[in-house]
Amino acid sequence: MPDTVTATDALIKVDNLSKYYPLASGLFSRVRHYIHAVEGVSFAADAGEVIGLAGESGCGKTTTGKLLLRLIAPTNGYIYFNGIDVARIPSGGKLKAYRRQVQMIFQDPYESMNPRKTLYDIIAEPLAVHKIGNIVGREQVVADSLARVGLVPPETFMFRYPHELSGGQRQRVAIARAIGIKPRFIVADEPTSMLDVSIRTGVMKLLLELRQEYNLAMLYITHDLAVARYMCERLAIMYLGRMVELGPTEEVLQNPLHPYTKALISAVPVPDPTFKREAIPIKGSISRPVDPPSYCRFYPRCPVATDYCRENKHPPLEDKGDGHYVACYNV
Amino acid sequence: MVDTASQQVDRAAMRRERWRLFTRTLRDNWRLFVGSKIGPIGLGIVIFFVLFSASYPIFMAVTHNPRIYDPVTGFDYDLMPTSNPHPPTWSHPLGTDVYGRDILSQLMYSSGHDLLLGLIAAGAGVLLATLVGSIAAFYGGIVDMFFMRVADIMMLFPFLATLVALSALMNVSLLMLAIFLAILTGFGTTSIILRSQALQVKVKPFVEAARVSGGSNFHIIWSHIVPNVLPLSFLYMMFSVTGAIFTEAALAFLGFLNVRMSLGIIIQNANTSGYLIGTRLATYWYMWLPAGAVISLICAGFYFVGRGLDEVVNPRLRER
Ligand SMILES: Nc1ncnc2c1ncn2[C@@H]1O[C@H](COP(=O)(O)OP(=O)(O)OP(=O)(O)O)[C@@H](O)[C@H]1O
Ligand code: SF4
Ligand SMILES: [Mg+2]
Repeated sequence: MPDTVTATDALIKVDNLSKYYPLASGLFSRVRHYIHAVEGVSFAADAGEVIGLAGESGCGKTTTGKLLLRLIAPTNGYIYFNGIDVARIPSGGKLKAYRRQVQMIFQDPYESMNPRKTLYDIIAEPLAVHKIGNIVGREQVVADSLARVGLVPPETFMFRYPHELSGGQRQRVAIARAIGIKPRFIVADEPTSMLDVSIRTGVMKLLLELRQEYNLAMLYITHDLAVARYMCERLAIMYLGRMVELGPTEEVLQNPLHPYTKALISAVPVPDPTFKREAIPIKGSISRPVDPPSYCRFYPRCPVATDYCRENKHPPLEDKGDGHYVACYNV
Repeated sequence: MVDTASQQVDRAAMRRERWRLFTRTLRDNWRLFVGSKIGPIGLGIVIFFVLFSASYPIFMAVTHNPRIYDPVTGFDYDLMPTSNPHPPTWSHPLGTDVYGRDILSQLMYSSGHDLLLGLIAAGAGVLLATLVGSIAAFYGGIVDMFFMRVADIMMLFPFLATLVALSALMNVSLLMLAIFLAILTGFGTTSIILRSQALQVKVKPFVEAARVSGGSNFHIIWSHIVPNVLPLSFLYMMFSVTGAIFTEAALAFLGFLNVRMSLGIIIQNANTSGYLIGTRLATYWYMWLPAGAVISLICAGFYFVGRGLDEVVNPRLRER
């Protein structure tokens, strides 16, 4: 991986990160098969920077986010947070200190909340775990967080249970939970996918405000390129576990270089905020990256593939000028 | 977003709201329980027997002469010693047994002890099973394997034979039986059932969310896994009460327990003195029928409460 992709003084630096999941093998089969959910991903994010992560379902976006937060252990590669090797922090006080600074807004707001806890318990949990403030202080923080995500008046929401809320309201609770502790880095996994257009803009504005307020960095996972355009300075596109393009958001959207990105963007000619997941019209079907061949991941579906692509390893992510990185031999 | 961030929370209003929502949840659950129809019937039976047995010491202290009404040493000199067992009279509404002891007193005394035994055995057992199941499911691997092998042993455990042997060596009291049954439940079948529930809870994203927030293993087990296993535990507790009371009656009948009086002993007395044979069964109905009915009713009561709780617990689990 060229070192230029990752600035040394970045808040988050990801280097050649991979995660393979073993497939359940047959009873008598001795061969282990692996899903290469994430492979060779490298990037860096500065404090206060929002990086978008887009790509088809199953391309490894959530896995990347969970790797960064050490919810799962990487198969290969490194994650540095403030220069600390995240995957190798000894568990205990140091790990807790790391967790104090990061948060995740989970993709599924239904399953990511304990059905037997009130919203107060859910939102105050990070504060309680890290013993921040007393009960009175926490109630204030919870009330403020609820108010900030537009669940007002907070008193009427605080002691409700998640099942009494709509999907959109739950997503806002998930955001309230993530911001109460004032983290330095948030992995936001499609945090606005269930919100109405009217509320979505408000929530996105809020996230950008918070970023201003305490220099919050974010990995913003989304299917929606219009949302990415609004939220992110830089945008990364993933395909079957590989990062195929990374650059300033406008640059990537206006001037896509990778054949996959081009197809992805042509699928959404007019970015419409109500746009939901939709099949991307590229020939062939997307498969899971099970024991993938070493050549370019996109080769089977690539309209401009050459024999060279077939005979060489997966192309490296290279700077094509102005921090616009592309992993393709024919650009 | 709405700018209320700087506004001070109204703590009094919050308290009221919390209380209102809490009572509303209780009311909703109560409605589900009542809706099961069978649950309230069970609860009624259980409450009846709690009052029934709780009134015994009061009777003894206020109106009843212990010399006559003690379940073991009582004897009514007004009745001819030879006329025992005696059919129901005003002073002995359920008659007397072969030794001239008041059967109603024996029932009240025994049902109280049986309720205590059942609740202690089931409560302690299911609490243990919840912890064992949650810990085994959470840690997996060797911890899980250990507890599951222990569970296998418990399930295959020849506990009747052990109790027989034990009763030959020492006096097996009610409390010992309760502990014995609690261990059997706690490490046996119930822990296997609760473990599989805990396994389902363990993979929920809210466990990951707690992990991201820095929650320790203890925190995750205690405040995320256990609360989601507990409703099911409570259900199994109701069924365990039934099992414990039944076991006690059977063991007392077989004479393996060192207890003063018990529902099983009442029936055993009738049996050994030869009143459970042929037509005498009908004539001396008061010697076995009330005791049998009390055992069945108490067991049915807890079972019905369990079925009613099933309505409360399971739709919620299915809902998500
Ligand atoms: N715990 C796991 N065990 C095995 N395979 C997994 C596991 N988690 C994810 N995968 C696989 O890894 C790949 C990437 O999954 P991931 O959840 O990161 O995708 P995603 O980009 O977040 O998709 P979506 O947009 O649908 O959320 C998928 O093929 C998925 O099947
Ligand atoms: S490297 Fe070759 S196969 Fe891969 S995307 Fe580029 S042109 Fe297509
Ligand atoms: Mg995902």
